Amino acid sequence: MDAILLQILNGLDKGGAYALIALGLTLAFGTLGVVNFAHGALFMLGAFCAVTFNKLLSLEQVILDPIKKTAWGTPLEIRSPYIEAWLGDFGALLVDYSVPVSILVTIPIMLLVGVIMERGLIRHFYNRPHADQILVTFGLAIVLQEIIKHYFGANPIPQTAPSIVSGSANVGLWLGLGENLVYPWWRLVYFAFSAVVIFGVFAFLKFTTFGMVVRAGMFDRQTVGLLGINIQKKFTIVFGLAAVVAGVAGAMYTPILPPDYHIGMDFLVLSFVVVVVGGMGSLGGAVTAGFLLGMLQSFSSMNEIKSIFPGIDQIIIYLVAVVILLTMPRGLMGRKGVMED
Amino acid sequence: MSNSKNEISRRKVIKTSAAAMAAIGAGPVFFSRGAIAGSHGGYCNAPTGKTVTLGFNVPQTGAYADEGADELRAYKLAVKHLNGEGDGGMLNTFKPSVLKGNGVLGKKVAFVTGDTQTKSDAARASAKRMIEKDKAVMITGGSSSGVAIAVQSLCQEAGVIFMAGLTHSNDTTGKDKRANGFRHFFNTYMSGAALGPVLEKEYGKERRAYHLTADYTWGWSQEKSMKDFTEALGWQTAKTVLTPVGAGDFSQYITPVLNSGADVLILNHYGKDMVNSLSQAVQFGLRDKQVNGKNFEIVVPLFSRLMAQGAGEAIKGILGSTNWNWQLKDPASAAFVKSFGAEYGAPPSMAAHTCYVQTLLYANAAEMAGTFSPEGIAKSLEGFKFDGMGNGPTEYRAEDHQCFKDVLVVRGNQNPTSQFDLLEVVEVTPRAQVEYDAAIFGGNLGSVNAKAC
Repeated sequence: MDAILLQILNGLDKGGAYALIALGLTLAFGTLGVVNFAHGALFMLGAFCAVTFNKLLSLEQVILDPIKKTAWGTPLEIRSPYIEAWLGDFGALLVDYSVPVSILVTIPIMLLVGVIMERGLIRHFYNRPHADQILVTFGLAIVLQEIIKHYFGANPIPQTAPSIVSGSANVGLWLGLGENLVYPWWRLVYFAFSAVVIFGVFAFLKFTTFGMVVRAGMFDRQTVGLLGINIQKKFTIVFGLAAVVAGVAGAMYTPILPPDYHIGMDFLVLSFVVVVVGGMGSLGGAVTAGFLLGMLQSFSSMNEIKSIFPGIDQIIIYLVAVVILLTMPRGLMGRKGVMED
Repeated sequence: MSNSKNEISRRKVIKTSAAAMAAIGAGPVFFSRGAIAGSHGGYCNAPTGKTVTLGFNVPQTGAYADEGADELRAYKLAVKHLNGEGDGGMLNTFKPSVLKGNGVLGKKVAFVTGDTQTKSDAARASAKRMIEKDKAVMITGGSSSGVAIAVQSLCQEAGVIFMAGLTHSNDTTGKDKRANGFRHFFNTYMSGAALGPVLEKEYGKERRAYHLTADYTWGWSQEKSMKDFTEALGWQTAKTVLTPVGAGDFSQYITPVLNSGADVLILNHYGKDMVNSLSQAVQFGLRDKQVNGKNFEIVVPLFSRLMAQGAGEAIKGILGSTNWNWQLKDPASAAFVKSFGAEYGAPPSMAAHTCYVQTLLYANAAEMAGTFSPEGIAKSLEGFKFDGMGNGPTEYRAEDHQCFKDVLVVRGNQNPTSQFDLLEVVEVTPRAQVEYDAAIFGGNLGSVNAKAC
């Protein structure tokens, strides 16, 4: 029972990450009609916003020890963080909470990155074949990766969750199942965070005039244009929004997976599978498929399952994708006529 | 309804994406069979001018790029020292040595580099390019056993010497050994042999171990060694689970550990996988757990300082083994650290150490033999006993071209005094304790290939 509950929690937490990335991806599909292979790089940039924020907060004053020397003969460096010297305990608290606080800087940065990316590059490829879009966005992803690697190195850079949520929650005690069922606090926080972001995006598109226009544009861009609405401008903002969703997903993921320059690519292929399984351009489909595939991946990793189907954890997502596409060619929630020739 | 001029067909997207990913995944394979360029001197790439060219094949991109960068720094420092520049580093401590700091056999040492990308096909392609185009007389490097074995095999076919860098699988000098290949680095057997007694001392004889293992040659080799040595102590193996290389999120593999009844988790992972799996195991509260009335423990059989940096706080107190550590106090280690630190502002990693040592050993073997011929080099290195390279008295065993020396058991430092002070040496395991019969891992060394190419 404990093992099953753990895999459910695991699936929800994985699914949250997949859904967040796929949500941004499908927003870009649905509005601009662009196959954005740089979406994983946006996730990675968000993660490095958190890393950079932490590095800035952790900047240290370096004083050279007049007596002690390093093993190679240079004076020993004595380091002390500026922020703690300036702000005392509040400075230390800020460093401790650097990952969640970094969201405040990640949002404007990613919005700017998204808008610049769309205006500066993507819009020139709207009328070009999809292969061109894939090549240019994939190329962009590689450029962004290499820039990050140049400045931050190839090794993962660990980020810590705030100390108050750095341990494990005793989920078993909450559910009256004993003390053995524990789950990392930060993963629960991440799941809650992804639920809030997903709900926020849906609410934004559902309950605001801006969202209504965007949804109308996704459904029939030409008619919305004929009504005198500059749908292109709104879609640019939506692309920025997609970048923000990917970015904050990346920033909050850093305590779970120490980020390196390649972290976005690790998620990219899976996210495309999620989008296709969910139904091209369907926001609800992306979220549903994200959680479904996260859950399947989690359960297929159980030793009991793998003893019957060795290696199933490696192929389950693709296997299910094949089955779904064979039986439901438009994916789980794809609508007839949308994004079809 | 078709609703815009920018519309996308799902089928088109899938097809184009698949084609793009396949094209990218294929990587650069430009291998021209039988195209190894000819040269004179009776052996491949015999140097004819005033220089001798060495080929440094390290990961310059990809997951091990930082490790590769450190290896390359060490190679460049070795070349500098061989050519009589700098403070000489270990040239001053290496014994017996005929190196004089005036190049090798009167020739100035030059080098070319290749990028292995930590992929066997890319590593073979870059090694082949260095042999064919750049006329490298020796190839060295690698940060992965899969890559090292692939390149070693290529060097055997091409007729050049391969001085392995960081490769830890038993197979490199076991079932996949080749007469043209030599390894200074230790292996998974030695890690197990060194760690076993320390694990017994620290954690007792009654333990149940759960293994998470990287699913490739090094992981299998490491798991088997750890399993053999811990079971010999009386430990039980609760479960062994293979994990895909580069899995990223290991949570689905860690959650089954929680209720498995195991009280030790052995992470047979290296590099990024180790950083991720260890960090996540700690997040899941494994180190705060009590199982079978004992504290739950995590063991990482192969450590490096660069990895410890990536794992951050999670590494503190974790036991593992390493080939060398910059904090060793012997004169040879001190000389190398001083030289490397002065040049680059940071101490060398264990990967840098083994690469530096291998370059000096090759050069000394050439001087001893009076030739760069693979036959001469092999003859000099086989059974060669030396000291003053940071590992105490060491021997290149003739039977399998594996170096035998002391092995370090280390622990993640609880109270680091600097950003580099991440590992503390728990025990220096004497060479006799990690030695084994060359026959146990099978394989056939064959004969040295010294044909003209």
